[in-house]
Formats: sequence, structure tokens, C-alpha cells
Amino acid sequence: MTAALDSGPSTTRRRVSRFLSARPNWRLAGLLTGPALWLVVLYVGSLIALFLTSLYRLNDAGTGIVEKLGTSNYRDLLDTAVYRTIAVRTIGIAALVTVIDMIVALPIAFYIAKMATPKARTVLITAVLVPLWGSYLVKAFAWRALLGTPGGVFDKTFGASPGYGLPAVVIVLAYLWLPYMIVPIYAGLDRLPDSLLEASNDLGAGFWLTFRGVVVPMLLPAIVAGSVFTFSLSMGDYIAVELVGGPTQMIGSVVYDQFASNLPFAAAFATVPVVVMVIYLLGIRRTGALENL
Amino acid sequence: MRSRQISVALGTTLALLAAGCGSDAKSGATALKSIGKGEGSLQLIAWAGYAENGSTDASVDWVTKFQTDTGCKVDVKVGNTSDEMFQLMQSGAYDGVSASGDSSVRMIDAGLVSPVNTSLIKNYADISPFLKDQPYNSSDGKSYGIPHGWGANYLMYRTDVVNPPPDSWSVVFDKNSPYKGKITAYDAPIYIADAANYLMSAQPDLGIVDPYSLNQKQFDAAVALLKEQRKVIGEYWSNYTVTQGAFEQGSTALGTTWQVIANLALANRAPVATVLPKEGSTGWSDTWMISSKSKHPNCMYMWMEYITSPEVQAQVASYFGEAPANPKACALITADPTHCDVFKAEDSAFAKGIKFWATPRKKCLDGKGNDCVPFSEWIKAWTGIKG
Repeated sequence: MTAALDSGPSTTRRRVSRFLSARPNWRLAGLLTGPALWLVVLYVGSLIALFLTSLYRLNDAGTGIVEKLGTSNYRDLLDTAVYRTIAVRTIGIAALVTVIDMIVALPIAFYIAKMATPKARTVLITAVLVPLWGSYLVKAFAWRALLGTPGGVFDKTFGASPGYGLPAVVIVLAYLWLPYMIVPIYAGLDRLPDSLLEASNDLGAGFWLTFRGVVVPMLLPAIVAGSVFTFSLSMGDYIAVELVGGPTQMIGSVVYDQFASNLPFAAAFATVPVVVMVIYLLGIRRTGALENL
Repeated sequence: MRSRQISVALGTTLALLAAGCGSDAKSGATALKSIGKGEGSLQLIAWAGYAENGSTDASVDWVTKFQTDTGCKVDVKVGNTSDEMFQLMQSGAYDGVSASGDSSVRMIDAGLVSPVNTSLIKNYADISPFLKDQPYNSSDGKSYGIPHGWGANYLMYRTDVVNPPPDSWSVVFDKNSPYKGKITAYDAPIYIADAANYLMSAQPDLGIVDPYSLNQKQFDAAVALLKEQRKVIGEYWSNYTVTQGAFEQGSTALGTTWQVIANLALANRAPVATVLPKEGSTGWSDTWMISSKSKHPNCMYMWMEYITSPEVQAQVASYFGEAPANPKACALITADPTHCDVFKAEDSAFAKGIKFWATPRKKCLDGKGNDCVPFSEWIKAWTGIKG
């Protein structure tokens, strides 16, 4: 091959090829520069920009930003009761949504992975994934039509509905992120050999003992992986809460309300979910969940 | 070939970067001397119903004629709140905006808009004098825009639910309201002025004269009232289609609204009505302003000329439900010949009674001192009210 290259007329392409074949480091640089730039500039860069902005502050007239580093926004965040309440509420909603999704996703994933026929399995997995193709906004608006009181679909059909408010936010977010929980758990169950369940059964363990002693420990990384999605997506939401939350505010709604008028403060509040997620990810590193993402 | 493409691309990027860096806020601070040939494009930020091209309702269309007349293709971005408009204008991608008083002053102060040479707009002479050179559309004796139209924020209610028909804002501020959970309020810091307006008559001892010039004590009273109101609020609204849907469905039964929302709901046969409560109301007087970074200034001037012509003013005022800035439009509103009487378009005393949205500053807008609560505090307080 090399001989064939050498014998031909020397073109730019061949010279480059010859140059690279002798230098593996250059090859690696050529391969990685693009993606690494993408990662560093767009991804990490935007996070740094967010953090930097959060250290600036608004000028006194409220018309521009003073680009001097300081912690006044974070002090505002800590000193003002309403911001603490909103932060705690947001984390609470995210946790509740995650728990509900776990409880709903486990039996569904178990049925799909272990009980359904291969043909039904394909249909069911498709059914779980199809809603992800639909627009988030359309689904949130649909829930508006379902939950309204009076006059909503639930109210007209069952005579009862939670209406708009905090419960509605939890319901809608749990619905929206459910596939992100089912898929990793399904994948985890798929890797769990049937023989283990049979062995447990042969040794006299009932359903619950097998579930607690065999299934859950082996599934834990998959469940935690799913929770990373449901938790972080709920933390950042601001559209569902705007549409079905009634007067409820989450971190996302405050950021949305203030990014036009007070960008540095909005940036500071937007840093909170980032910090919470970093702590969460560090906490679960030991479970091995990150290998299941 | 390829290297040429790359160098062209690089050159363009550098030019764009240079343009981005070179344009400082004040560069566009001189008004146009004469209207030249149109640039073929116009990027607008507008309130819903201000620049209709037939996509909302096929029979409501005044943008298409403008495009045919001038060759300026119009793209409209609907702004839901003044804060959103202010943020959109900061991007520099738009030529003009229909700004209300609670963002127009901020835009002038931030250098986002240029003065307007009103002598280039033929229709300007016909515009109601009480709308010209107001604090919300001028600065240092320079005019910063062309008035579009004005009106009050109304109280809307479901006629099948709310009984008796309300005539006072007290129904939305009553913490024991029978309509608890079905009340809505405008989701923006400027709504604090609505509470202040109500307190002007409900608690006269506070001594509020102008709801946009509040000292700390008056401001705290308004915020306290809104925190009480928060308990009976079903949801706050900022998106006009969402609140329209809520009124039609019935999940909202009463609250503050714009006439255009009532008109849209009525067109869908929803049992709603609007009233201007006895305490009077806040309102808006909107101004077409030109961006200091406008890339199509000629088209923007043509738009300001077009939108203030009697024919177009008649269409806008009739559709949106507001008083036209140009009273010559009144004779042309055929759908309701009494339109201008209903909205008191030529009644300057009535217009003075409406508290038009303005941007509160530390230096009181009513000129009564330097201890007024600035808008930045209004924004913070609004988050606190919603809780």
C-alpha cells in the first residue's frame, strides 16, 4: 500500500497521508479537535459564561450590567426567604417526580423485559418511546385542557380534577419524563439473566424476596441512571409550571421572569440547579449508575 | 476553489465580528434625515393584534398591503410582556418595537432606540396632541417614537359565573372572594400599579397620587395587598392566548384583561364581558420606536407612516379594541360607528384619567421627590408576591 502510494505522483492528499501515517499524535489531534472544541467552547464555555454573568450585577438604573465581579446576587439569593422557598420547592418537585416515575416505571419495564412476548415487547417499547416524538409544548397544552377546573376534560368526565397548581406540575412532569425512566430500567432488566430469577425461586425465595434481594440490587444503577434524567429535567423546567402550575413558581420560572430585566441575578439562580446536579452526580458515582447513562 | 470559499467565509465572519464590536449603543442616536428606498425587509416586535397579516384571522390583515405597497417583507415577533420586548430589543436583531411605557423609558435609557424625526411622518400632525412628547415617548426634548394607540386595562368576567356584574376592582382584591381560585392577574411587575391604583380610592390616607410614583410605605401597602390577593388567584397570565383559553374554558372567571382578549373570546362565543371599574384603571399608550441598530430604517419609517394612517388605524383600533392615536380613523370604523365614543378616543380628560404604564424610577415620575421605589425593586417584589 505504502509502496503504491510512493510510486505515484506526489499530490497534496498523498503528502498529508504520508505525514499523518508516521505521526499518531497528529492523527488523534485531527480526529478530536472538532469535537473537543464543541465540548469546551459551546458546552463548558456556556457554563463558564453563566457563572461569570452571575458574578456581575445590574446597574442602579436597571438598564445595563456592571461587569465587576462580586457575590451580591448570591447574597440576595441566600438572604431572601422567597428564593430559598422556591429553590426548596423545585428540588422537592424534582424528587417527587423522580420517585413517582420509579414506582410507575418499574412494573412496566419488568413486564416488557421479562413477561411480554418478543413481538409484544417491540410494540410496547415503541409505545413508550413514541410520545418523545411529540412536541413538549403540545403535550403541556394538552394537560392544560385535561386538568382545568371547571370545564377541563377530567372535571367533565370524572367530576374531579386537581386543577392548576403544584399537584398538576408534579403529574405533568412525571408524565413527560416517564420514558426516560422506563428505558434505562428496561435495559437493566434485559441484562439481568432469567436464570438468576429462577435460581432464587428454586432456593425458595418468594416474589418479594427475589425482588428485594436480587432484582433491586442489580437494577440499582439503572434506576439511578433514570433518576438523573427525571431529576435534572424537572429541576430545569419552566414551561409546564407556567402552563399548569397556576401561581406556582419554580427556579425556572424565576429565571424566565428575570433574565430580561436582571440577567446577572437570573444567572445566579440558574447556577443553583447546576450545583444541585453536580452534588447529585458526585453522590451517585459510587453506585456505578454513570456507566448506565 | 475550496480555499477561496474558506477565505470568503473567514472574511465574512471577521466582518460580522467587526460589525458586532463596532456598533456601540449610541451609534444610532441620530434621527433619519429623509426616507430613502426601502430595504426589502422589516423585523418588528409587536403586541398581539398590532401587526396582523391574516394568519390569526384571514379577514384581519393590514401587513400584506404594506408589503405590496413598499416591498418591505414584514416579520413580526409577538412580545408577551414588556420585559420580553426589552430583552428582544437587546439582541439588536429587530428594526422596531411597539413599546409600552414600562419598557420604552428603559429602552431610551439603555440606548436601544433612536430619536425619531417626526417631520418625516406625514400623519404625525394628525395624532392626538395629548399623546405627543409624553415622558414615556420622549427624552431631553427629543421624540423617540410615533404613538400607536391607547386604552385601559379592563376587568373581564364570565357573565354566567360572576353575579352581580362587578363595577369595582374590589372583587379581585377581596381575600374572601367567592371566586377564589378562578381569579387571574397580569403576570408582570407593572401589575403592582394596579394594586396602587385600587388603593388610591380604597385607602386614601396612603396619599397615593400616581401609581408609578410610590414611596416605600405606599409600595409596601400595594405589595401587601397583592400578597393577600395571591391566595385567591387561580393563575397569573402573561400569554394572551392562554388566558383567552382559560376564560373560554371557565377555569378563570374574572380578572384583568385587554379588550382584544375579550374580543377574541367573544368571537368564540364565550360568555364574557368587560367593564372599566369605578376606581379607573391602569392602561397603555404604545409607541412605535426604531432600534438604534436597525438594518432597515427606511422600511421602519415607512411602517410608522403606514400604521398611523387613518385607514390602518381604523382597522387596528377596531380589531384590538383601543382608541386610535390618529382620530381621523374614527370616521372610518364602519363595524361600530360609535367606536371612538366608546373608547373616548378624543377625550383628553379621560385619557389623563387612565394611568398609562410608565417605568418607575428613584426620581419620582410625578416630580415629587427622590424617594420613589425604582423598577428594579418592583421586579424583585413581584417574585416575592407570587411566592
